[in-house]
Amino acid sequence: MKKILVVDDSRSLRQMVVFTLQQAGYQVTEAGDGVEALEVASGQAFDLVLTDQNMPRMDGLTLIQNLRRKVEFLSTPLLVLTTEADSAMKVQARAAGATGWIAKPFDPQRLLDVVVRMIGGG
Amino acid sequence: MAVDMSQFFRLFFDEADEMLGNLEKLLLSMDVQAVDMEDINALFRVAHTIKGGASTFGFDDLIEITHAMESMLDQIRHGQANFTPAHQAAFLQAKDVLKMQVDGLRQGSAVDAAQVAQVRAVLAAMAQQAPVAAQQPVAAPPPPDVFVPASSAPESEDFELFEPLPSVPTTQAHDAVDGAEPPTRKVPVRAEPVAGSIEASTIRVNIDKVDQLLNLVGELVITQAMLVQRSQTLASAQHGDLLNGISQLSRNTRDLQDSVMSIRMMPMDFVFSRFPRLVHELSSKLGKSIQLVTEGDSTELDKGLIEKIIDPLTHLVRNSIDHGIEVPALREKRGKSETGQIRLCAMHQGGHIVIEVHDDGAGLDRGKIVAKARSQGRKIEATATDEEVWQLIFLPGFSTAEIVTDVSGRGVGMDVVKRNIHALGGTVSVSSRAGLGSTIRISLPLTMAILDGMSVRVGSETYMLPLSNVVESFRPPACDVKGMNGQGWVVHVRGEYLPVISLAEVFHTEARSADPASGILVVLATETGRAALWVDELVGQQQVVVKNIETNYRKVANVSGATILGDGCVSLIVDVGAILSER
Repeated sequence: MKKILVVDDSRSLRQMVVFTLQQAGYQVTEAGDGVEALEVASGQAFDLVLTDQNMPRMDGLTLIQNLRRKVEFLSTPLLVLTTEADSAMKVQARAAGATGWIAKPFDPQRLLDVVVRMIGGG
Repeated sequence: MAVDMSQFFRLFFDEADEMLGNLEKLLLSMDVQAVDMEDINALFRVAHTIKGGASTFGFDDLIEITHAMESMLDQIRHGQANFTPAHQAAFLQAKDVLKMQVDGLRQGSAVDAAQVAQVRAVLAAMAQQAPVAAQQPVAAPPPPDVFVPASSAPESEDFELFEPLPSVPTTQAHDAVDGAEPPTRKVPVRAEPVAGSIEASTIRVNIDKVDQLLNLVGELVITQAMLVQRSQTLASAQHGDLLNGISQLSRNTRDLQDSVMSIRMMPMDFVFSRFPRLVHELSSKLGKSIQLVTEGDSTELDKGLIEKIIDPLTHLVRNSIDHGIEVPALREKRGKSETGQIRLCAMHQGGHIVIEVHDDGAGLDRGKIVAKARSQGRKIEATATDEEVWQLIFLPGFSTAEIVTDVSGRGVGMDVVKRNIHALGGTVSVSSRAGLGSTIRISLPLTMAILDGMSVRVGSETYMLPLSNVVESFRPPACDVKGMNGQGWVVHVRGEYLPVISLAEVFHTEARSADPASGILVVLATETGRAALWVDELVGQQQVVVKNIETNYRKVANVSGATILGDGCVSLIVDVGAILSER
């Protein structure tokens, strides 16, 4: 079973993403911010990480920078879910080591399409 | 795969509520003179998260205001604008409107369109004033699902990979992506009640169900008391097992009762959390500087009581702000810090909860209170203690606004506060020292559903006295009871003469004892006075389940409720305050 880490400080949005991915057969782990995500990620590897950008304690791009320093996450797809999809944000995201971005708000089906495309079906 | 978004609505609403609460707390605790960027970031995240959720779940109403807030906060955190008190005020208003909108979406409650429009206008006007507004107009928000395309050709407008993926065959998937419909945005008007709750740790239960449960437990308590009473005549040698079982049932019933009662308990934070806003607004209106401190936020109180305590407590806090705390200049002159303090504390004491409203203001003005009382034709001895004088402010028509300070009041006096608290079975007391401040102390029972009672018998009837009113009971020596020429009796108790009230007379029955000296006297006390109640016999002390008479019959004079005794008989609960004040 493919493992996905979902990081978002909004419980409702996180719940929606988690539910969507679980329905599609993925094994999903949740984290409420970057710090929590790093803690979770220090014990295990994931096939994909989906992270929000604006979060308390540690934002998404800082999380991605930190994850990329770990051997287990060198080639793991790391996607940023963001409302600020302007070019400045993209340059920063790319520099931080993100694999790509998905614009918020998104349709659950759309999210699933992207995930399937990145790592295959659950 | 179709995902039913409505299942996430409730979580979103709860989350929005929580975040708006945090928003208010943050705004009120911020130091506008020296703004902490962490606070600005936190405010930004609140606006951002609510906006994100609203656009995902299709609650377009919430987007406009959160977007305007987000834009302004973004400028502030990038140093393009300064956070001003005007921002603080506007965001507080915006919070109220958002809360109203969220409630509207959730419960279908009314949303005041004019208020929404007004806040929108305020935010738009503020955005215009921002120094950089000329280059970056934020007043007209773009639709939230349109984004600036990347410099490199994006694969689609809402998703892009920076590097091609080596492992997954992209052609096929790419077609799928290109062929995909643009995300359709649902536009639900109202959230349907969600069947299964998302959060596993808490469930929401209709209060009616809890009350029904409480009622059933009440019936169980009565049945259990009945069993205990019936079993008392059984010989323990023959019926040991049965008696053990009954005593175990008693224990379990008590535990069950406690557990069910605790479901209805809510933390005082529910009440306290609304005061920072009140203090902030009233103090800035009056030009005062006031710090609010709360203690015991997690102290729990029955839901029914907690809702009814809000108004009296609000009145007391307003009084403290209005009449208690002095203006900064005066405080300085009196050698106090310019910032006054109002402290709200809640704590458990025995079966009661005690709530205190303390301020370090001017204190009550004894001279003015006495003068006012005399002008109303009351006789006040010059030797009256402070406690006696303070009690005067609870009299009807004795508005604190006119006497304690010259600031105009709002027409609601302390007598209303006292009456409300009294109706909840509680008491109010004041202590005050000139120049140092005052403390109002409210004591309330933890619940109104269960009463610790003393059952007494007069003639063939059994009555219940609330134990909180009972001071002592005794059989008086005949020499201590004195008749008053057919006008009743008084009894001499340790140097004090107390009026004797005949319970038989109150309820128009016949007492078996011929005079107080051959019966039993129970000394009762309320905050208004003391008296000795003449009964035939003491039955015992027990916890009883209070049944409301008014809802089933009508208000009965001198009776506050009824209960069912272990033997199945109905017993009236005596309204001690009423029978004492009648004399």
